[in-house]
Amino acid sequence: MAKRFSVKISKSWCKGCGLCIGICPKKVLELDGQVKCEPVRPEDCIGCRQCENVCPDFAITVKESE
Amino acid sequence: MPREDVMKWLRQQFMPHIWCPGCGHGIIMHAMLRALTSLGKDPSKTVISSGIGCSSRMPGYIDSCTLHTAHGRSLAFATGVKLCNPELTVIDVMGDGDCSAIGGNHFIHACRRNIGVCAIVMNNNIYGMTGGQASPTTPIDAIATTAPYGAVDPPFDICRLAIGAGATFVARATIAQPQMCETLIKKGIQHDGFSVIEIMTHCHTQFGRKNKRSRPLDNFSYFKDRSVLKAKADGMTQDELSGKYVIGELHLDSGAEEYTKKYDKVIERAGR
Repeated sequence: MAKRFSVKISKSWCKGCGLCIGICPKKVLELDGQVKCEPVRPEDCIGCRQCENVCPDFAITVKESE
Repeated sequence: MPREDVMKWLRQQFMPHIWCPGCGHGIIMHAMLRALTSLGKDPSKTVISSGIGCSSRMPGYIDSCTLHTAHGRSLAFATGVKLCNPELTVIDVMGDGDCSAIGGNHFIHACRRNIGVCAIVMNNNIYGMTGGQASPTTPIDAIATTAPYGAVDPPFDICRLAIGAGATFVARATIAQPQMCETLIKKGIQHDGFSVIEIMTHCHTQFGRKNKRSRPLDNFSYFKDRSVLKAKADGMTQDELSGKYVIGELHLDSGAEEYTKKYDKVIERAGR
């Protein structure tokens, strides 16, 4: 079975710069109404962690779900 | 790298940080903390020194021994710390102006001495904090507040400057390669001698708005499209390389002796 990942966003640290949204190869993330990042399609996440590494605000954590 | 390890290195009470949304300095800080974590460094044995500027706010957010010093003089302080306690891991974070203009003299002499300090230069081609004045690394024809019709002065190539001045490990990456930044910083910290890691970053607020790169993502793609690995760049002509950033390990001299070791020998000779 394919691995599943959870994407956690720390909303108080996110500044909505959009880097993660542009980088995600699976288009998992989008901006919400308060211009903060939101994982709208977490089931598509392949766990590449590019968003986690590129986030300048330390706001994203990608974890393998149990 | 799980983020929990990295979080231990952050002074979380001061987050979110002061940098603009999408600022590359955050990406570099993240890469540096991942490097320190994977090397298993002890925060109480790690010193991070900085001067003045946006990039130099970084030590304020890192929970280790930190030093926020005079403009351009961070390397002088770092040299002092390393000479007193050679067992410490000393990292010096600088901006391009801090490194090559205000602290240019300290920089070339630190390179010459080959002291065991890892210098990370965050090059965003502009003085961001003070209002976008042209710095020694602003490219020719780029617009800045003090160069409204385009910069005229030829820019510094910080890596070539460091190699010329005698640094024994010189590398370059851009913020479009966060993993590579981490690897190079790791190698720089492990290197016994003066290491310079230039990381090309962006200031979309002060530089980007005037130079058609106003969104963080524009800058990310800009660097991604213009990065050339050293191995590939070796086979390219000077014309092909203009406007490109050669990334990777650019220079390594592992034979040179580190300064504090040489200094210990002097003390031994003097005490005889």
